[in-house]
Amino acid sequence: MSEPKSGAAKGVIGQRLPLVDARKKTTGEAVYTDDIRLPNTLVGKILRSPHAHARIKGIDTSRALALPGVAAVVTGAENRANFGVLPISKDETALAVDKVIFVGDQVAAVAAEDEEIALEALGLIQVDYEVYPAFLQPEDSLKDVADPAHKIHARTVGETNVHKQVDQHFGDVDAALKDARIVRRGHFEFGSVTHAFTEPHCVIARYDTDGKLTLWSATQVPHYVHRALVEVTGLPMHAIRVIKPMVGGAFGGKSDPFPHEMAAALLSMKSGRPVKILFDREEVFLSHHGRHPTKTDIAVALDRDGKISGLDLKVLIDGGAWGSFGVVTTYYNGVLSAGPYDVSNFRYSGKRVYTNKPPCGAMRGHGAVNSRFAFEVLLDEIAEELGEDPCELRLKNFLPEYTTTINEFRITSNGIAEGMLRAMERSGWKEKYRQLPPGRGIGAACGFYISGSALPIHWSKLPQSTVHLKIDMDGGVTVHAGTADIGQGSDTMLAQCVAQVLGLPMSRLRVYTADSDMDPVDLGSYSSRVTFMAGNAARRAAEQIRTELIEAASRLTGYPAEGFVLEDELVVYTPLPRIRMSYMEALTEALADRGALIARGSYQSPPMGGKFKGAAAGLSPTYSFQSYISEVTVDEETGFVKVEKVWAAHDCGRALNPIAVEGQVEGSIHMGLGQLLSEQFRYHDGNVLNPNLLDYKTLSAKEMPEVECILIESGDPEGPFGAKECGEGPLLPILPSVANAIHDAVGVRIRRLPVTPEDILQGIQKNRMERSDVAAKIRVA
Amino acid sequence: MKNREILELEVNGHRRQTAARPYDVLLDVLRDGLDLTGTKRGCDMGTCGCCTVLMDGKPVLSCLTLAGQCEGKAITTIEGLKDGAHLHPLQKCFADAGGSQCGFCTPGFLMTCTALLEKNQEPSDGEIREAISGNMCRCTGYVKIIEAIQQSAEVLRARKAGNEGQADV
Repeated sequence: MSEPKSGAAKGVIGQRLPLVDARKKTTGEAVYTDDIRLPNTLVGKILRSPHAHARIKGIDTSRALALPGVAAVVTGAENRANFGVLPISKDETALAVDKVIFVGDQVAAVAAEDEEIALEALGLIQVDYEVYPAFLQPEDSLKDVADPAHKIHARTVGETNVHKQVDQHFGDVDAALKDARIVRRGHFEFGSVTHAFTEPHCVIARYDTDGKLTLWSATQVPHYVHRALVEVTGLPMHAIRVIKPMVGGAFGGKSDPFPHEMAAALLSMKSGRPVKILFDREEVFLSHHGRHPTKTDIAVALDRDGKISGLDLKVLIDGGAWGSFGVVTTYYNGVLSAGPYDVSNFRYSGKRVYTNKPPCGAMRGHGAVNSRFAFEVLLDEIAEELGEDPCELRLKNFLPEYTTTINEFRITSNGIAEGMLRAMERSGWKEKYRQLPPGRGIGAACGFYISGSALPIHWSKLPQSTVHLKIDMDGGVTVHAGTADIGQGSDTMLAQCVAQVLGLPMSRLRVYTADSDMDPVDLGSYSSRVTFMAGNAARRAAEQIRTELIEAASRLTGYPAEGFVLEDELVVYTPLPRIRMSYMEALTEALADRGALIARGSYQSPPMGGKFKGAAAGLSPTYSFQSYISEVTVDEETGFVKVEKVWAAHDCGRALNPIAVEGQVEGSIHMGLGQLLSEQFRYHDGNVLNPNLLDYKTLSAKEMPEVECILIESGDPEGPFGAKECGEGPLLPILPSVANAIHDAVGVRIRRLPVTPEDILQGIQKNRMERSDVAAKIRVA
Repeated sequence: MKNREILELEVNGHRRQTAARPYDVLLDVLRDGLDLTGTKRGCDMGTCGCCTVLMDGKPVLSCLTLAGQCEGKAITTIEGLKDGAHLHPLQKCFADAGGSQCGFCTPGFLMTCTALLEKNQEPSDGEIREAISGNMCRCTGYVKIIEAIQQSAEVLRARKAGNEGQADV
């Protein structure tokens, strides 16, 4: 097992290192938000809407306020300020204003001395509702609303409940479809899935006597919470401090600023005491913000040269009650679908609608998963129909490295073909495809994903990531960044980047992140941006410190600075390696007469992309690429699918820490298989029927397949030490690779997720009946 | 503070007293009464396993166990797994093998696995998966958790063999 020390000259990059906080997580020392105990804290509870859509005629909180032990009650009447993660669709409020728009919408919040009193107080709040018709099916939200008062939000497309519409067309898709050698079409439906992180949402707000608000919250993006608090509380930004303690998983589900965070702040400002709100599991489900369910119509055309000549995509996206990241989702369902292939004609029409259901948002593989599935399944069908190998068909159509896509994405490093070939070799693809015994099958699929969004949500000249470093006479290196480690290991990544540049062991690094008072702004942990952007910022900051240490060594020795390197806690003059000194000696000289070394590094994406409407969506400084092969067994009597093994090739540019990269790939596979096989929100009249982890079924250890990670290191020219993302792209190909394997096993095509054993059994029976029909016809003839 | 009575529990080898209501579950008492926040609250209905602790060496879901039922039993929480400053092999292996990402499920897994390895130091892959099937992890896909358990079992077996070897001498 590797130890957390540099050991060799090559440093800490590429080593299998434990996360810097891993040991604390195994002892109970790690502090999550609910583990924080502040003196005099009140318990906050939220009254939620029982209706999917209703006008609030009145709220009477007097009896709740009169209950002994109740310190504060807030309702939407007191604070109507709008907020939302995207500046272009701020349609949320801390508490419902005038109407509720989904079952679970926050109506009022109470702060009391203990939980029992808070719950009793909720029961004493009287809300008078006028029930409105609810829009529960996305198709209903496409239509004009009869009574404008019944629109879910005021700002929509015309008199409909359409939130966002995107239409893009590159080349001539109609001509491509007409001239194609083969066209396959399909209608796909995807259920509603959610992050199901283990740590429920939790927030503590403390408004103190000095007029300063401090908020501890389980969030992926402290900076956006900070911005939203300014809008809701009216306090100046500098009077608000946002701290992210340890976060127990997030996967996109903690990347919006949330109404309960706003409510906690308002309760604390009203009561003058700290207020903690901890969700129960049902509240976590109702807050949702999971993957958008979609209905996807797709056509894929292949020309006579075997090239993908056309992709025609039409997607209806069910957004739920709020905007959230939905404008981005609407673009991503289209713009991220063509890659990793060189598609010469592409058309996309996407509509995201509001419905009276818990809001959807960003979830691992944001916006890209469902369209990817449909495209990869149709490619498999085309290969089958032509009698070609689906991997070979893909190899013929991959984007090359260093190119520009039809929608003007700048592609740099790209190891997808190498990944495909290695996955084929490792899995024994050529010997298995169409040759396994009945009930056993193998399937392939690919993916690509952004490594951070090149354009920030808020227009700003500020860098997207900034990292501060400090080194004092103790020789430890302090890293400050606004990045949010949510378990993915970004603190470890920052420490590695700095340790590598300075030739130091990990034990000298101390990482302090996600505290807005102490750390420079970072745009947070979403869109798989942190390694690329904050990693580059950390590297740049460390390079400045390295220069100072080398100059100090040059002064002390009289040798020119150019020849010095830092490695193994030494500063060595490479032309004459006996000229050397310890890191501490060089540091002591560097500190003389001026004190601690400090440095700042930052990252801003270079300019890129086209000039058309929506050109910025999906732009990234680089992209990750995946090629997966999955092998399954399908029980032909029960329809039960067992995923046996996955060969997962992922181009991460450079594996800064292979353990962490593999962990992302394996976790992505787990989450993707859940969406494919078992996870789904079930609804009745706008009520979530399964808001718990028993009825919302994630895969247990018993259902998880063996995974062989094949890490492809294409060496990105702009990534820190060549690295790019590994947290989201690896989810994309698992669903279609298994779906294609199921087809190879039992000849059943999948059009609706999750796919149940019943669906597969029906497919098998349908195939049998068709075969016996054919046999009967042959006999008759 | 309604209907609270003094409850005496043996937790991590120490006798502890705390006030609890008749319907308080062990999880409430551990986290809020005894300030042992290492045990995590994930679902309050026995579906995630994050709150797993040991009662007389057997894993129990502290969110479904009435605190009053625990009198006279030896409770071990994650805070009691270390031997002084020394990590239990499971703790070291989970940390080093990547068995812990966000860490929220880790205490529950470690308690479940402690009980597993107590009675079976050569668990098969199937036995490991069966043992942890009540513990949910959303980060790792269980791959590195299973590796960490196998490595821990190996360490414990080597330790046992070493001790027995010494005893022979």
